[in-house]
Amino acid sequence: MELQTTIYLVVGATFALYIAIALWARAGTTSDFYAAGGQVGPVMNGMAIGADWMSAASFISMAGLISNMGYGGGLFLMGWTGGYVLLAMLLAPYLRKFGKFTVPQFIGDRFYSKSASTVAVLCLLVASLTYIIGQMTGVGVAFSRFLGVTSETGIYVGMGIVFVYAVFGGMKGITYTQVAQYCVLISAYIIPAIFISIQLTGNPVPQLGLGSNIVGQDVSLLHKLDLVVSDLGFANYTTSDAGGMLNMFVYTMSLMIGTAGLPHVIMRFFTVPTVAAARSSAGWALIFIGLLYTTAPAVAAMAKTNLLRTITPGVVMGNADPYAADSQLVYAERPDWMKRWEKTGLLKWEDKNGDGRIQYYNDKSKNDAFKAKAEGAGWKGNELTVNADIIVLANPEIALLPDWVIALVAAGGLAAALSTAAGLLMAISAAISHDLIKNVFVPDISEKNELLAGKISMAVAIVIAGYLGLNPPGFAAGTVALAFGIAASSLFPAIMMGIFSKKMNKEGAISGMLAGLFVTLFYVFAAKGIFFIKGTEYVDLIGGPNSFFGITPEAFGAIGACVNFAVAFIVDKMTPEPPEHIQAMVESVRIPRGSGAVSGAH
Amino acid sequence: MEDSAKAYWSATLGLLTKILIVWFLVSFGAGILFAPALNSIHLGGYPLGFWFAQQGAMYIFIALIFYYRKKMGEIDRQFDVHEE
Repeated sequence: MELQTTIYLVVGATFALYIAIALWARAGTTSDFYAAGGQVGPVMNGMAIGADWMSAASFISMAGLISNMGYGGGLFLMGWTGGYVLLAMLLAPYLRKFGKFTVPQFIGDRFYSKSASTVAVLCLLVASLTYIIGQMTGVGVAFSRFLGVTSETGIYVGMGIVFVYAVFGGMKGITYTQVAQYCVLISAYIIPAIFISIQLTGNPVPQLGLGSNIVGQDVSLLHKLDLVVSDLGFANYTTSDAGGMLNMFVYTMSLMIGTAGLPHVIMRFFTVPTVAAARSSAGWALIFIGLLYTTAPAVAAMAKTNLLRTITPGVVMGNADPYAADSQLVYAERPDWMKRWEKTGLLKWEDKNGDGRIQYYNDKSKNDAFKAKAEGAGWKGNELTVNADIIVLANPEIALLPDWVIALVAAGGLAAALSTAAGLLMAISAAISHDLIKNVFVPDISEKNELLAGKISMAVAIVIAGYLGLNPPGFAAGTVALAFGIAASSLFPAIMMGIFSKKMNKEGAISGMLAGLFVTLFYVFAAKGIFFIKGTEYVDLIGGPNSFFGITPEAFGAIGACVNFAVAFIVDKMTPEPPEHIQAMVESVRIPRGSGAVSGAH
Repeated sequence: MEDSAKAYWSATLGLLTKILIVWFLVSFGAGILFAPALNSIHLGGYPLGFWFAQQGAMYIFIALIFYYRKKMGEIDRQFDVHEE
């Protein structure tokens, strides 16, 4: 059977499964629609959180990023998992005890203020909409690379599938499809990793393979990789950090608290029956997420090794001289997978010194000794550009795995993008139908009409997401950082103070959220333009790029969070205490007993 | 009742503080601040600082959440505020 046919069959089968689940899990009540009836078990919820969390970026791009960054890439691994420890202990159980459908509802009730809830809705909408653009383009990318259709068609098909299960099933339909999508995406990630680990190190467990010796050599994979990349003028793989130790520290912290504050993840904790179940779901979620996240660094290092092995076989698998002319691959003899990916434009070769061989090295190296060697070898600049996404997508082909594995990777990428998109759409539609329509505009809306409003907002959100996916604004690349920055600087501190500080009042919380948000946006926009519009950067005004202790805009959320906390406590000290009944409410949120089913009552 | 609620909350905060210290030490400590020093030690083929940043911290995070769940359940029962 042809590869293309196999891919259509596998992807088609997963889509049929998602639709079958959607037909079975339709939402009949608002409780079904917002919280899957509140009856999802912790293990199931853990899997659904895993699929909700692991986006197209985690699945397709993360290993490639780590592969390029080396040790510094660990900031994504620690940041995106460490946040779950905060979520599990500081937020999830208490929000579950509070027992309402949405995050803005908690903020509005706790700070006895519709303005507070409206600010939270605003933060939620900006964070979720920017995040969803990446998912939609991810769907388009997966379709166009694997299924041979345009990325527009891909986005329409993706919208259609999400429409079926998200609009009719709400949180209930989304939960059960996410469980199925988790299974698809994790097998698609791990199976190729196991094969590659066996080929390179003889160890079938990628996490152990990364710490093993290369097959047939008495040197560990990581040490060999260090040697080869530094011979090619790159920074040492196991020690190259991301913009200095301080930046790595702050970046990791921003991702952690951003993770804990993202509403589409928090919402999933409202679907379990008890506080105890909320605590264990976080643990299960991290096990399921950890499976992929501990495999990713192995994929990253091994794919890098495989790439270098393809280009300079004798250097990686033996001790050949990297600068000798016959060490580098002759372009005409390149393997088939390179030819296939050249067609997509993700892999490019340009023969700068006209020797017909591929030179892949860091031509921007500042090391004089290396520059002299490169010049001595007659290298005239790096000749190969490799898009980071190839690291995962081409993995099965590089390792010569059978067609069904390639098809599975296609289905996995789509599952990752669709499941995250659905979770985000759920957070968006709940914020609109519950926090805006019911809470602010039509307080006496009937249950039936609120359900209808929820479904309509979901449908509208899907159309908007699809539109943004089809016409990605120029700022698409910077958006995920923005989503984390907003969650870290506004939502996380507000929720945390709502639980851990009984005396925090509405004035403090609102000014804290606005201050945190403002500072973060100010720093991000300075470098990337106001709302990412080109030409509106004002980076010189704040003293040049990364002027705040060398911290990059992506890493700034943690600083925004500190500002939020500080402003909130100062304002809180100058304004009246919250009313008695609010303080009593905080007391009751802190203890598990008496947790009821989640509801939307005000 | 008032005193018991206070005691419950301070027991909870005590547990959270302990866990957050470990959380900080394995990620920001071993994975970032002390990583260059730890890299001179090897765990199999892994330099230790690199291992904490790309593997170890994540395993310990998982263990921390399950430890939290167990201890928190015990505290709930001790102060008689657990769910039915």
